[in-house]
Amino acid sequence: MNFEAFRKIENSVFYALLGVFGLIAAAGMGAAYYMESHGHVVTGMTNQIVWGMPHVFAIFLIVAASGVLNLASLGSVFGIKVYKVRGMLSGLLAIAMLAGGLTVLMLDLGRNDRLIVAMTHLNLTSVFALNVFLYTGFFSIVAVYIWTMMDRKMHDYSKYVGFAAFIWRLALTTGTGAIFAFLVARQAYGTALLPPMFIIMSFSFGLAVFLLVQTAMYRWNNRQLDPTIQRRLKNLLAVFVAAVLYFTLVYHMTNLYFAKQSAFERFILLDGGIYTTLFWVGQILLGSLLPLAILFHPEMGKKCNWVIVASLLVIFGGFAQLYVLLIGGQAFPLSIFPGYEVSSSFFDGRINPYSPSLPEFLLGFGGIAVAALITTVAVRVLPFLPDDSVLHGETAGE
Amino acid sequence: MSKMDNSRRLFIGAGAAATAGLVIAPGVTLLDLAHARPADEAASSAKRWGMLIDSSKCATGCNDCVAACGKENGVASTGHPETDPQWIRKVELKEIKTGTSHSLPMMCQHCAEPPCVDVCPTGASFKRADGIVLVDRHICIGCRYCMMACPYKARSFVHEEHEDQNPDVPRGKGCVESCTLCVHRIDRDQQPACVESCKEGAMLFGDLNDPNSEISKRIATYATTQVRADLGLNTGVRYQGI
Repeated sequence: MNFEAFRKIENSVFYALLGVFGLIAAAGMGAAYYMESHGHVVTGMTNQIVWGMPHVFAIFLIVAASGVLNLASLGSVFGIKVYKVRGMLSGLLAIAMLAGGLTVLMLDLGRNDRLIVAMTHLNLTSVFALNVFLYTGFFSIVAVYIWTMMDRKMHDYSKYVGFAAFIWRLALTTGTGAIFAFLVARQAYGTALLPPMFIIMSFSFGLAVFLLVQTAMYRWNNRQLDPTIQRRLKNLLAVFVAAVLYFTLVYHMTNLYFAKQSAFERFILLDGGIYTTLFWVGQILLGSLLPLAILFHPEMGKKCNWVIVASLLVIFGGFAQLYVLLIGGQAFPLSIFPGYEVSSSFFDGRINPYSPSLPEFLLGFGGIAVAALITTVAVRVLPFLPDDSVLHGETAGE
Repeated sequence: MSKMDNSRRLFIGAGAAATAGLVIAPGVTLLDLAHARPADEAASSAKRWGMLIDSSKCATGCNDCVAACGKENGVASTGHPETDPQWIRKVELKEIKTGTSHSLPMMCQHCAEPPCVDVCPTGASFKRADGIVLVDRHICIGCRYCMMACPYKARSFVHEEHEDQNPDVPRGKGCVESCTLCVHRIDRDQQPACVESCKEGAMLFGDLNDPNSEISKRIATYATTQVRADLGLNTGVRYQGI
C-alpha cells in the first residue's frame, strides 16, 4: 500500500484540512447552540414549514451515506475488483456521512437535550424509531465490514458481511424514504414510490460524493487515477443519474393523472416560484441533463476534471431535488377542505413562505464538516485510500 | 333503669347516624352530581369524548372560542404570527363552485386512528383511553414529525419561551402541542373552555360512546361530517352544516 507516501505528502494538507473543517463544524455547533437557547423562532422555520434547511442537509447526507457504500458492495457482493479496493474508503465515507447527517438531525430537535429519551422510548409504529435501529445497525455492520476488508485474517468473511451491509443499506434508505411515504397528510408525500426513489437517489448522490473525495485524495498524493477505472465509474454515475430522472418522471406523471393532485403539480412544475425554478433549472437541467451530457460526451467524459464538474452538478441537483420535495411539499397548503377556498389566521389555504436563516445553513454545513473531519482523521491513521497496485497484471474490471 | 339505658342507647345511635350522614352525604351527593373520576382512577375506554360543531350557528367574525381557549390554556400571541402556536382557529370556507360560505372552528380532531401517534418516535404523542389525543411533554423531543403527519394542521411547535402559563397547562419551548380538549377541565367534569364560551350553542361536547348523550342523539339524527373522512381516521370532532 502507498500508505507511507500518502501520510508524508498529506502532512501539511492534513492540518490545513483539520483547521478548515474544524472551524466549519464549530460554526455549526455554535448555530445549534444559538437555535437551542433562543428557540426555533430565530430560524426561518415556522408552524407551516416545520422542517427546513437542516433537514435538507441531513437527508442528503443520510441518503448519500448509504449510496456511497455501493462501491464496497459492488466489490464484495458482485466481486468486481476495481470496486473492491475502493471498499474501505467507501465504508468510511458511509459512516462519516451518516454521522454528519444524524448530527444535523439531532441538533435541530426542539429538545436535543433529550437524545437519551429518543433512544430509550421507542414507539415501534414510528418509522423514525425504526430508523434508530437502522442507523445504529448500519454503523456497526459497516465498521465490521471495514475490519473484514482491512484485516487479512478476516478477508474470508468480507463477502458475507458485505452482503449483510448491502441488504442493510437498502433497508436504511427504504426507511429514510418511508419517513415521507408514510405521510398521508400532504400531497407531495404518501406514495410508495418514495422509498425506491430514495434508493436510486442514494446511488447517484453517493457515487458523485465518492468520485469527488477520491479525486481529492489522489491529487494530494500526486497520483493518477487509472483511466479505465475512471471510465467505469463515470458511466455508472450516468446510469444512476438517468435512473433518478426516470423516477422523477414517474412520480410527476402519476400525480398529474390524479385530478386531486393537479393543483400541487401545477405549483411545483409551473407557478411555484423558487420551487419551479429549482426543479427545472436545479434538478433537471443542471443536476441531471448537463451532467449526463458531460459524462456521455466523447471528449469531456474522458477528462477527470469534467467528471468532477459532473459530480458537483449531481450533488447540487440532489440538494435542489430534496429542497423541492421537503420545503416545496410543505409550502403547498394542506388540503383540509377539498372543493373549498380556505382562509384563517393560521395561514390555511395559502402558499407558505420560507427563507432559510444563517444558523440553519451553518448547522447544515457543520454536518458536512463533521463528515469531512471523520474522513480526514481516519485516512490519516488507517490505510483507507484505494490502492490500485493490486490490480496490476489483471484486467481492471474482471 | 333499663328504660333509661334504652333511650340513651337510642340517642347515641341516632346521633352517630346523623353525624355519619352529615359527613358522608355531601361527598356522596357531590360525587353523584359530578360523576367526576377520582384522581387515581385511570381514564376508561368506556367513554369516548367528542364534539359536534354546527357551522350554521357559527358566525363569521366571532372568535369567542379562540379567545376562551387562549385564556384557559395560556396560549397567547407573541407578535410572531408564523411561529405562534394556535390550538384552535376560525376557518372561513367558500365553496369554489357555488360561493356558499361557512365559518367554523378547527382544532385537533382527536382521531381514533391518529397519524400523529403512529409517527411519534418516542410515544410522546398518545391517545388516552377515553379518546383524547395528547402530547406527553416529558418525552417529546421536538422532532415535529407529528406536525408533518397531521392532516388538520392541528399541531404547533413552541418556538420560544412563554411566560404566564396556566398551572394546569404547562407548556415548554421546543415541544409540540395542540388542543387537549381541555382535559384538565374534563377530569373535573367541566366542559372544554371553547364549548362553554360559545353563546350560539354551536359546539356540543359529550360522550360518543353513550347512546343517550345529547351528542350521540344528534349524530344519530342529523347528517354530520368528519373532516377528511376519506382518510378513515374516525375523528372525535364532527361537523354539521358543511
